[in-house]
Amino acid sequence: MEEARVTSLRRKATNHAFTTIAALALLLALVPLVGVTLYVLQQGAPALSWDFLTQVPKGSDDPTSGIGPALQGTLVLTLLAAAIGVPLGIAAGAWLAEHGRNKWGDAFRLLLDSMAATPSIVMGLFVFAVVVISTGHFSAMAGGLALGLMVVPVVARTTEVALRAVPDPLREAGIALGATHARTLVKVTLPAAGSGIVTGAILALARVAGETAPLLFTALYSAYWMRGFDKPIAALSTFIYQFYRDPTPALRQQAWGAAFVLFVAVFGANVLVRILTHARSRQP
Amino acid sequence: MAKRSEHPTDRATRLGLGLVAAAVAMTVLAIAYVLGSHAWDAFRFAGTSLATGSDWDPVEPSFGAWPFIFGTLFSSAIAIALAVPIGFLVALFLTELAPRWLRSPLGILVELLAGVPSIVFGMWGFFYLAPKMHETFEPWVLAHAGWIPIFGEVTPGVGFLLAGLVLAIMILPTITAISRDALLGVPRLEREAAYALGATRWEVARTSLRSAKAGLFAAATLGLGRALGETIAVTLVIGNVAHSKLRLFDQGATLASTLANQVGEASDPLMLSALIALGFILFLLTLVVNLGARLVIERPWRKHA
Repeated sequence: MEEARVTSLRRKATNHAFTTIAALALLLALVPLVGVTLYVLQQGAPALSWDFLTQVPKGSDDPTSGIGPALQGTLVLTLLAAAIGVPLGIAAGAWLAEHGRNKWGDAFRLLLDSMAATPSIVMGLFVFAVVVISTGHFSAMAGGLALGLMVVPVVARTTEVALRAVPDPLREAGIALGATHARTLVKVTLPAAGSGIVTGAILALARVAGETAPLLFTALYSAYWMRGFDKPIAALSTFIYQFYRDPTPALRQQAWGAAFVLFVAVFGANVLVRILTHARSRQP
Repeated sequence: MAKRSEHPTDRATRLGLGLVAAAVAMTVLAIAYVLGSHAWDAFRFAGTSLATGSDWDPVEPSFGAWPFIFGTLFSSAIAIALAVPIGFLVALFLTELAPRWLRSPLGILVELLAGVPSIVFGMWGFFYLAPKMHETFEPWVLAHAGWIPIFGEVTPGVGFLLAGLVLAIMILPTITAISRDALLGVPRLEREAAYALGATRWEVARTSLRSAKAGLFAAATLGLGRALGETIAVTLVIGNVAHSKLRLFDQGATLASTLANQVGEASDPLMLSALIALGFILFLLTLVVNLGARLVIERPWRKHA
């Protein structure tokens, strides 16, 4: 009897220890989230002004020096990535969902998963070798391509998952009305899967908008407003990389200001999308 | 469907989409081919010492990538050692312990860590964590456990340990999300049966961990794959010194950080080829790790980028 009581106490104690440690682990996981958010907002806020967002970099002692070109560059590069990556990703995902239940589909999925797992710097290196070495110069186009290639497998995957979730009776209804399979896909199935695809695309684009590594030797960096798709272009991330440990305090402050802007844009997109999707489809 | 007479539009659409899917899927083969062929000169110049040699000197020239391979593996190992136990515990908390209404919001919070740009983590590590390491943590550890050779000496704060710590934070959302899904996949009856037998939550958690072990392994492996290739955050906090001693506080460099630092300045074709060889090695490393995860479980990562 005594022995049973001790065992029961020990089991209870182990259980309490487990509960406490798991709760502490969660707190520990949230510390960096809070820490990094507060730190970047606090360090970056003093740099912000209208001039800072709209002017070109003018050197350390000019108070109207700004990150206008970097902001413009991040926007241009992200739009390029969207223009390249989203259509290709949706097309590949649509094929995988509608015609890919065979060994070809399995092979393509394996390759796309490997592509998704390829480090971003390797993607940059690939575009560097293919585009920059052969054209002989760094360019906005090369940067957009590197980011776009990173978007493709993610959009393909979310498209496939979203299309698979569309109930078959919807497809059958389209066919029964005399529509072709292609027309059913465009008019019925894809729109039904629309919100899932859009969510995936926005998350993928937010992620590449914050990327630095694939831009270092594709888009390079520029201190000027965009001069064409075939010329180097600035980005918030590469601006930060350029100046984060500059000996001049004013330039370091500008790097923090750029980090503030980049953080708010990328993190903000993530918060919005995740809150909206979780609100729409409450998990069991 | 395709067997019966197919409408011409359908045929065209199917072939068109299939062509795009094939082209996109071939990209990864193109990456392997392009990097491999550009790296060929360096392989011919240095032979196997390209991977095993520890002297990296573009002037001499001598290209031994071992310090970078070592740095990549060491920093990622630290990250895994920190992030896997915490990630599993968080996943257990989110599936087994937290009040039902809190599970989804807490899950979102952890996932939001993935929404912080890499360079912002790097700056935070460099300006906030590195001084803390240097002033507080390193002297304290060395005063109490300095006789263990794994630590090394007090440094400016940047180094393998800080890189591993920052990487751990960055891969935590991946590990948590995949292991949470794996735990949610444990049959409900199995858990309820254990509860019905009078098991405590810990005892139920232990059986869940056992039945979800393939998914948990995949979570750890995919986290590792991410850590190996992460670039900018690591570049900011590892010190960028070619160095291969197993000492936590020492500065080092990874394959990715070396690429970030040196490709832009490489003018000599042989040097460039050697750098592309570093990228090729990194590519193979992540490929092997991710295919390894895939062998264990059928595509756990399709839901998580």
